[in-house]
Amino acid sequence: MGSRELSFTERLYIIEVFKGLWLTGHHFFGNMKRHLARQLGLNRLKKGAVTFQYPEERRPFSPRYRSRHRLTKRDNGSPRCVACMMCETVCPAHCIYIVAGEHPDPNIEKFPVRFDIDLGVCVFCGFCVEACPEDAIRMDTGIVEIAAYSRKEMIYHIEDLLQ
Amino acid sequence: MMTSLTIEVGKVLLVLIGVLNLAAVLTWMERKQSAVMQDRIGANRASILGFRAFGLFQVLADSIKMFAKEDFVPPMGNRFLHTLAPFVSAFFALIGFAAIPFGNVIHLFGKDISLQVIDLNVGILYVFATMSLGIYGVVLAGWSSNNNYAFLGGMRGSSQMFSYEITIGTTILGVLMIFESLSLQTIVQAQGELLWGFIPKWGVVVQPIGCLLFLVAGIAETKRVPFDLPEGESEIIGYFVEYSSMKFGLFMLTDFVETILIASLVTTLFFGGWQIPYLMRDGFHFPGGFTVSLSGTSVSLLQVLSYCVKVFFFCWFLLLVRWTLPRFRYDQLMRLGWKMVFPISILNLLATSLLVLLLR
Ligand code: SF4
Ligand code: SF4
Repeated sequence: MGSRELSFTERLYIIEVFKGLWLTGHHFFGNMKRHLARQLGLNRLKKGAVTFQYPEERRPFSPRYRSRHRLTKRDNGSPRCVACMMCETVCPAHCIYIVAGEHPDPNIEKFPVRFDIDLGVCVFCGFCVEACPEDAIRMDTGIVEIAAYSRKEMIYHIEDLLQ
Repeated sequence: MMTSLTIEVGKVLLVLIGVLNLAAVLTWMERKQSAVMQDRIGANRASILGFRAFGLFQVLADSIKMFAKEDFVPPMGNRFLHTLAPFVSAFFALIGFAAIPFGNVIHLFGKDISLQVIDLNVGILYVFATMSLGIYGVVLAGWSSNNNYAFLGGMRGSSQMFSYEITIGTTILGVLMIFESLSLQTIVQAQGELLWGFIPKWGVVVQPIGCLLFLVAGIAETKRVPFDLPEGESEIIGYFVEYSSMKFGLFMLTDFVETILIASLVTTLFFGGWQIPYLMRDGFHFPGGFTVSLSGTSVSLLQVLSYCVKVFFFCWFLLLVRWTLPRFRYDQLMRLGWKMVFPISILNLLATSLLVLLLR
């Protein structure tokens, strides 16, 4: 795409300026009207702004929204994960670290002794969830406030992830 | 003697406090207005005892923050000039209001009181002189910071302000020719006349192009978007990059005070100042012969109110412009100033003088 030649009226600039002012002024008065109507209790349905007042009001997430990971559990409360390393392999950010241990049940074979995700590095691509053959890792907690005072605290361990 | 002194001091305080408060309100208005224009809500969290007042306390919170911050002077900079610059800026922006009339001459305590701080017979030249002196604040701030970015910002600022001041001068000449006075009070009084018996002889009616050019050049004078190259907060950074705490606050305040100054000048020169169409000393005289008589006090009050409403409207309009247009590139700014606005203002001047000569 090259840049388009401006037409004569556009190059005059002043007409375009007034068009722009008309547009923003239109928004101003439209929104002002809605704000006033809400304040006076006349029309509570129309909002003058698209803002969510965040800590009090939350935007509803879509069901497939990728939020903080969790490890799913079996009926007896142990992790479903069989430490197959699929997620660790597929992770583009290399932020999963798993140490496998021998599981007493020969049908399960292995279980994770350690399962760390460095959320400070994770790009929230969801590949780990896609790769898992056991449906053992999911990103459906709805937790998005992941913050810490140090990088170390951003590493979530298996105990945190199982909750 | 005592009463006249009291009256003078009273007028000074009225104007000063009025302007400073309006500037503070404008900081709030700028946030809220831009928010409403962009479908947002804007700053509304600052509260006193859970009472938010639509974010009005944000102004208070901001000023407390400004005062409490560290006041940093660059170690290699000139401490004296660095401190002086914001005061120069704010001072010259503020004293410009002295010559602007906010009401007609009223009779009080057996005296004629002109509702303006000083009725200078060269009022308009005085206002432009103070506006030009404001450049010193910008240049000093850029120079004394000993920072190349600040220095370049100061240079950009001064060349921009010089360029557009010339345009302001030439656009004003048209108005001066028509109203034949340099005193702002006389100019406003002359705008109370009617053209052909029904159109108020406001500056915008007799000088529409002059009004437009003055607005453009005036916005360039305030150094705000779309002419904010001296500052360019977000990327090219400007003359007050080395300023912090209340010294920075003073520069910000100056911007708003200049906005009010331009709004008042546009009102005074082009939109009839304190005049209300068809309002004479004793009430409304509509063209159809219909009259509403009012007492002298209420007429004066209405006029002061009309002045305030007009200034407020133009402040709103300047904010609307500021939040609508993108910034110019520097060469575009200079081209607009010297190749478009300035020649048009000269042509406008020639046409006006020709008309004045022919219609005399
Ligand atoms: S979401 Fe992506 S980056 Fe994050 S742990 Fe899973 S695979 Fe790695
Ligand atoms: S892919 Fe699933 S089962 Fe395999 S290690 Fe990762 S979480 Fe565990």
